[in-house]
Amino acid sequence: MSEMRYEAPKTLAAAVALLSGAKGQASVLAGGTDLLIQMRAGRVEPELLVDIKGIPEMTSIVAENGGFRFGAAVTCMELIEHEAFAKAWPGVTDGVKLIGSIQVKGRATVGGNLCNASPAADSVPALITAGAAVSIVGPNGRREARVEDIATEPGKISLAKGEIVVSFLLPRRPPHSGDAYLRFTPRTEMDIAVVGAGVNLTLDEKGVCSQARVSLGAVAERALLVSEAAAALIGTKVDAAALKRLAAAASAACRPIDDKRGTKEYRIKVAGVMARRAAEIALARSVSSFAPTHSLRKTARTQDSI
Amino acid sequence: MAKHHVTATINGNGVEFLCETHQTLLEVLRDELGLTGTKEGCGTGDCGACSVTVDGRLVCSCLVLGVETEGKSIQTIEGMGVGKDLHPLQRKFLEHAALQCGICTPGILIAARSLLERNPNPTEEEVRYGLAGNLCRCTGYHKIVDAVLDAAREMRRA
Repeated sequence: MSEMRYEAPKTLAAAVALLSGAKGQASVLAGGTDLLIQMRAGRVEPELLVDIKGIPEMTSIVAENGGFRFGAAVTCMELIEHEAFAKAWPGVTDGVKLIGSIQVKGRATVGGNLCNASPAADSVPALITAGAAVSIVGPNGRREARVEDIATEPGKISLAKGEIVVSFLLPRRPPHSGDAYLRFTPRTEMDIAVVGAGVNLTLDEKGVCSQARVSLGAVAERALLVSEAAAALIGTKVDAAALKRLAAAASAACRPIDDKRGTKEYRIKVAGVMARRAAEIALARSVSSFAPTHSLRKTARTQDSI
Repeated sequence: MAKHHVTATINGNGVEFLCETHQTLLEVLRDELGLTGTKEGCGTGDCGACSVTVDGRLVCSCLVLGVETEGKSIQTIEGMGVGKDLHPLQRKFLEHAALQCGICTPGILIAARSLLERNPNPTEEEVRYGLAGNLCRCTGYHKIVDAVLDAAREMRRA
């Protein structure tokens, strides 16, 4: 530990040079809410810490092409408190709000939540449903990836040595769009998802779902994009029958483990329920963008089966 | 390897300290600067006993490295009262007997002050959610919540 170096570069180029030139293990330090705990427990022993919070692109939230780009080192609290972002992406904000306590969110970052590669990371399913693009910079320049392609298994990511997740781009939203993220935990706060479910959908002028994305967390080795579940919504008015097909498709996509938080059978069942409830919230949020007298407000609600 | 030389502001006073890379802000406060009001509970960001603010942002000082605080402004429990004049939250904690062993109290006071700065008129539910990152194993929380709500009432009248 006493050999550990600390560097706080001001540019991406300098950060990449430090990370790719390190002889031993080099770790990116953003919020540190996972890394410091892993260091303390002796699970990681980096030779070099590269604190990237001095790099402007990594710590800013800006409008871009009608959407938002936010830096991977923006803290969860900064993102939650950004009113325009929270209004545009309430489901992503739902996920970010669930990451730890206020204290933890004051430091923790979405980039860290993604790169820690926990299958139960709360911001990840919501970002997957948002269709977020990840900007990555490394020794060979800049490339773009999808959020769903970063984590590969618990604790493992698809980045090469010297690469850094720099920022996320969330696209412009079509009219009548809504997103939601729900997780199931025994406690309401300070807990880890047994199952997480994100849904993002868009309605056309007639109230028919034209686009949808569904993602599940904590039911596989990484967060899953479940296109079969999205297909159950597209072309429907997100009625009870469609929601039932969505729940079945979500459950069918699960390949969970048994652990102290829940059994395989329980997770598979709950994944369907959480996906359906998230879809109902996403629907309500997309419907709310129609004029108040619009008949779509009378959308069918289903009964919970659990 | 040489220690890092860090210049920061703590409770409004400029300070300089030396620290190793691995030393947390909590360790720097307690072991290097003698500011032992900030307590260590879990050391893993779960209990909130070590809560301080860094540039106005509530954080667990066990999850911040000392070297990261270069140029930052830190507020700890030592800066909450002025001499013998206690902060209203501190007085209300005494009046309501909102503590027993006291280990969680500095962190809860810092977190409660941060909450009231952002929301001067919280509901009971908002206080409970606002302090969800602070564990107390003695009181059962009722007296803490009562004290925070009472302090908020007094601070709104002031």
